Amino acid sequence: MENEAGALSRVAGLFSARGYNIESLTVAPTEDATLSRMTIVTRGSDDVIEQITKQLNKLIDVVKVVDLSEAGHIERELMLVKVRAEGGLREEMKRMSDIFRSRIVDVTNKTYTIELTGAGHKLDAFLEALDRDAILETVRTGASGIGRGDRILKV
Amino acid sequence: MELTGAEIVVRCLAEEGIEFVFGYPGGAVLNIYDEVFKQNKFKHVLVRHEQAAVHAADGYARATGRTGVALVTSGPGATNAVTGIATAYMDSIPLVVISGQVPTAAIGMDAFQEVDMVGITRPCVKHNFLVKDVKDLAETIKKAFYLASTGRPGPVVVDIPKDVTQHKTEFAYPKKVTMRSYNPVIKGHPGQVKRAVQMILEAKRPMIYTGGGVVLSNAADELTQFTRRLGFPITSTLMGLGGYPATDPLFTGMLGMHGTYEANMAMQHCDVLIAIGARFDDRVIGNPEHFIQDDRRIIHIDIDPTSIAKRVKVDVPIVGNVKDVLAEMNKLIQASKEKPDPTALKTWWTQIELWRSNDCMKYDHDSRLIKPQYVIEKLHEVTRGDAYVTSDVGQHQMWAAQYYKFDQPRHWINSGGLGTMGFGLPAAMGVQFAHPESMVACVTGEGSIQMNIQELATCKQFNLPLKIVLLNNRFLGMVRQWQEFFYGNRYAESYMDALPDFVKLAESYGHVGMKIEKPEDVEGALKEAFGMKERLVFMNFITDQKENVFPMIPAGKGLNEMILV
Repeated sequence: MENEAGALSRVAGLFSARGYNIESLTVAPTEDATLSRMTIVTRGSDDVIEQITKQLNKLIDVVKVVDLSEAGHIERELMLVKVRAEGGLREEMKRMSDIFRSRIVDVTNKTYTIELTGAGHKLDAFLEALDRDAILETVRTGASGIGRGDRILKV
Repeated sequence: MELTGAEIVVRCLAEEGIEFVFGYPGGAVLNIYDEVFKQNKFKHVLVRHEQAAVHAADGYARATGRTGVALVTSGPGATNAVTGIATAYMDSIPLVVISGQVPTAAIGMDAFQEVDMVGITRPCVKHNFLVKDVKDLAETIKKAFYLASTGRPGPVVVDIPKDVTQHKTEFAYPKKVTMRSYNPVIKGHPGQVKRAVQMILEAKRPMIYTGGGVVLSNAADELTQFTRRLGFPITSTLMGLGGYPATDPLFTGMLGMHGTYEANMAMQHCDVLIAIGARFDDRVIGNPEHFIQDDRRIIHIDIDPTSIAKRVKVDVPIVGNVKDVLAEMNKLIQASKEKPDPTALKTWWTQIELWRSNDCMKYDHDSRLIKPQYVIEKLHEVTRGDAYVTSDVGQHQMWAAQYYKFDQPRHWINSGGLGTMGFGLPAAMGVQFAHPESMVACVTGEGSIQMNIQELATCKQFNLPLKIVLLNNRFLGMVRQWQEFFYGNRYAESYMDALPDFVKLAESYGHVGMKIEKPEDVEGALKEAFGMKERLVFMNFITDQKENVFPMIPAGKGLNEMILV
């Protein structure tokens, strides 16, 4: 979409006004500074998804809409988790981090901050695997997506 | 030469060939008003409330097909305009609304008369702009006019901070503007158009269902040709009236909640439905679950892809401008050797005539009270069906739609989508400015007229000879009707007490007032009123309090579940 003030609120407003659900939304400018690319994760029947696609296309600031889930695509989300890392937990957390191929990006004598990238379900699985009490804070970006192979979204 | 932002606004409007700007001044637009004062390219119409400015611009747009322009100040001026903007949005009317804004440095500071106009209007505009730099002003205004009038039309807001109207820049009005993200489709997909024509020629029980899109795209001629060549029955939504002559025998009347029995039954029982510039809304087909119980194939022509397959599934979707698609179809039908099966069509018409013989629009002609339907029938007679008729919202709106037989497009002007009480009078002003020599009637109720009655002053100032037809039943009639049918006759707050003396009220504004209490005086009063070509005449018809609008499909029911008289 056009990288203009207010474009994001037009999209967000459309979803709330028409009762569609946003599970996550990410947006940032692209290599072409006049364009932003947004990935929205939403759920609905085929009819609802068709309406959402059409309604988004109707917004003047939206240049192009693609349903990534229609074909092969890659989906990635970044999560930062701050965990308790004292005593026995310190070794445990390091091991979990390794198993999930995440990275510890900040360390104190009491905490680790772990960076993990992957599809949403992988991030969910990581959180599931941790002891609830050990999790001090989490922050997730929401998914960004791109088509596989020759599937290219370009204006 | 460098011009100020205010000068640029005025020059842009002149470049667009704008005849009228409807507006109301205020702090944030003082610079613009100073330039309005100095120019003579367009006429500024001072209304008495910003809502009326937008409705008047809207009425002008509906009656002409050109883009209407309103100019309002920031804060309360802007919020007052919102109802008008939402009204135009729901009915796809091309408008450009210019609103003043506090200076850029004050935005977000809770400044005096500050409101986030772009934020407030976002869900009820086709698009809106906040102009932060005077260098962008001319191009933004060009874009606004381009967006408002192309594709599916709609209102566009241009919000201009006061300092931007003071800043200077070189002025050049772009001749053309393109936007990579906005490319409305005009022509229908040729393959789909062919499929549709094939389906049409094979139909046994066809039905043509038209909406406001026919009027908006100026497709009345193409539609008339299409319908007459095929000999198919045709119906119209409230918004489409006048798109096909209502006095023509192929016309089965309006459909929907207060549509005719024959139109609704034919909609429900047809085998091929040709929907043209209409959107299957809740007031038209009622409950979609009931609608789909009978099997039929649907062809849907609409310029807006979101209107297609929104409420019902369709078999042949055609995205395109109604006028272009119909012209293409007419060519194909004319060239085709196939013709619709005459025997099947005859059987279908026999069935429709049977439904029609129900005479669902009948009403009591012997009553000693004035029947509202009678007033509208007489209005049609006295004006020879030639008047522009605006209406407000409620029972009187339905009666005007049912009993004034509109033969021409752009003559029936009402708030169909949003249902805005208070629309009728200011809209009529816009119509009268557009057509100074034509008869313009505003059919209204005593509830609606009081929602913008202050505009009688505007009418006086500009000598607008409107004819106000007030169907006064001392009730918010449509509310009362629903309370009678669905709320056990508990008339909660629907009685209109303490009404003004409308004759004196009209006179105090400098107009002519009339009170009509007997059926035998109706025709004479209308003739006398329309005889006064230079004066606004306010006719207060005291009508039967308990009259209801029939037929009626209760909300949530299907087209074949009508309540008849």
